[in-house]
Amino acid sequence: MNSKKVDRIATGVIYLLVAIVILILVGILGNILIAGVPHLSWHFLTSTSSSFEAGGGIRDQLFNSLYLLVLTLLISLPIALGAAIYLAEYAQDTWVTRLIRTTIEILSSLPSIVVGLFGYLLFVVQFGLGFSIIAGALALTFFNLPILTSNIEQAIEGVPQTQREAGWALGLSNWKTIRGIVLPAALPGIITGVILSAGRVFGEAAALIYTAGQSGSTVDYSNWNMFSPTSFLNVMRPAETLAVHIWKVNTEGIIPDVNLVSAATSALLVIVVIIFNFGARFLGNWLYKRLTAAKVK
Amino acid sequence: MNKHEQDLQEVVDQAIAQQKVAHVKFKKIDPESVDITRLTSQSKETRQERWGKGLTALAIVIIAILIVAIIGFVGVHGLATFVNDKVNIFHFLFSSSWNPSAGKDHVGAAAMIVTSFAVTLLAALLATPFAIAIALFMTEYESGKQTRFLQSVMELLVGIPSVVYGFLGLTVIVPVIRTIFGGTGFGILAATLILFVMVLPTITSLTVDAFKAVPKDLRQSSAALGATRWQTIYHVVLRAARPRILTAIIFGMARAFGEALAVQMVIGNAVLMPYNLVSPAATLTSQLTSQMGNTVMGTLPNNALWSLALLLLIMSLVFNFLVRLIGKKR
Repeated sequence: MNSKKVDRIATGVIYLLVAIVILILVGILGNILIAGVPHLSWHFLTSTSSSFEAGGGIRDQLFNSLYLLVLTLLISLPIALGAAIYLAEYAQDTWVTRLIRTTIEILSSLPSIVVGLFGYLLFVVQFGLGFSIIAGALALTFFNLPILTSNIEQAIEGVPQTQREAGWALGLSNWKTIRGIVLPAALPGIITGVILSAGRVFGEAAALIYTAGQSGSTVDYSNWNMFSPTSFLNVMRPAETLAVHIWKVNTEGIIPDVNLVSAATSALLVIVVIIFNFGARFLGNWLYKRLTAAKVK
Repeated sequence: MNKHEQDLQEVVDQAIAQQKVAHVKFKKIDPESVDITRLTSQSKETRQERWGKGLTALAIVIIAILIVAIIGFVGVHGLATFVNDKVNIFHFLFSSSWNPSAGKDHVGAAAMIVTSFAVTLLAALLATPFAIAIALFMTEYESGKQTRFLQSVMELLVGIPSVVYGFLGLTVIVPVIRTIFGGTGFGILAATLILFVMVLPTITSLTVDAFKAVPKDLRQSSAALGATRWQTIYHVVLRAARPRILTAIIFGMARAFGEALAVQMVIGNAVLMPYNLVSPAATLTSQLTSQMGNTVMGTLPNNALWSLALLLLIMSLVFNFLVRLIGKKR
């Protein structure tokens, strides 16, 4: 009788704690969306930000965030893919491999501000790139690589061994088997991993403050010359992203509508992250069905 | 043609001369058409294999170089405070007088170290019961729909960018603390509450793994002895999963310790030894974020900041090491 009572109390406490967490999430999401969405207008998305007046938008920050994301993925995806293939297919269990795995784990647990400061030292100062999009993209690559690598490695390891054996039985080289059989089979998992890491990169700010910079230069969207200082494609111009913008207006904000701007930008960021999250799962499942004609559990 | 290839040529010639199967036409195979170099050279497959392996190994090398470079660069700059500026390392760790522009006697990071550890420990303490409850809910109590729902709740919490948490803290938590406790509202308490939400998903997902790793027959034996669900959980599941739960908590602490912007926005950024939970303070990360742009490369104030960065790096390595240590004991 007594132990049954304890059991009931414990169950009650567990359900209560779970309910509190759900309430917290609902509170957070509700707060962000209710405060921000009403201010998300076309005008807000397409006008330039203002440094001291009210009514500024986030056009350049939005573009910078996307541009930086694309550049980061362009740099980090090939490296992560290569590293993941090596770890999953070639690496033997030696001390070298174990050391490399440890290294990747350490890299993934480094504070992003440390990664950002290292990017500042190496790219901004040492390589003389200055505060620039490319320096930001390189720093984000550091931040992104370990997560992307382990995601892709998991996806590759999830491919059944029999599929590889089928490839070898056909006389294909190991490499051809990987390229022709393993990678396509792992594609849904890889894409899910890439999108999830893209979501993280999109919201990252600490690694960018001292690499991509905090100031937006004037940008001309009709100038397609990548080497012109005002071109929107120029990778050497300093660029502020959405997340950095929120941080900046809140810490040194002198614009009067700081709460409006940050609330709307926060809502935008959260919406994008939600889309990324669901998009990753949806696209992964859809691709899996298309490629394998199998039922997803 | 080297020796090896000559030998091969001889063997081929012999084979063609001796061929006795009458009905097979060997017209095309006359000694001249046999390309010995092709027979002895690597096959296409071998070349592909080398390429592939080399290419992927290169990626690994790049990653390895990156981590060595990070530790090297941050290490060199962080040590400059002690080597070039002759700051006493014990003074740096245990003094709380922080004003590096005033000279080397004022480079004491103790206040920030204490604050960093305080917010980290408090956040982990607060998050652990919740994380264990959610993990139990997902593995022992409910399954299917509820579990998937909670999992997406956790994924969303992870996905929300840290500056958004900082902004929420600034507009919601800080004012609430201000009305309840007075003062500015900025401080360790606000930072703890923000970090609590940020580390919760990390600790939860690892704790779920920990519970899932507990063999089913342990639970069944416990149930067969007549134990209630809670008795089974308390005496068997929690005990068996303890090392992994500890690992989960350390992972969460590592995340909390390194979090910069969200903390910087709500902690108040005053480098003072914290004397209560609601007075403005500064962590290692918050000081780095807010001050790095205000110093000149190579000067003492700048070097001192790099020493903070080095400290962060070392702490991150220590957390990693602890996780490994506990993992080995298991």
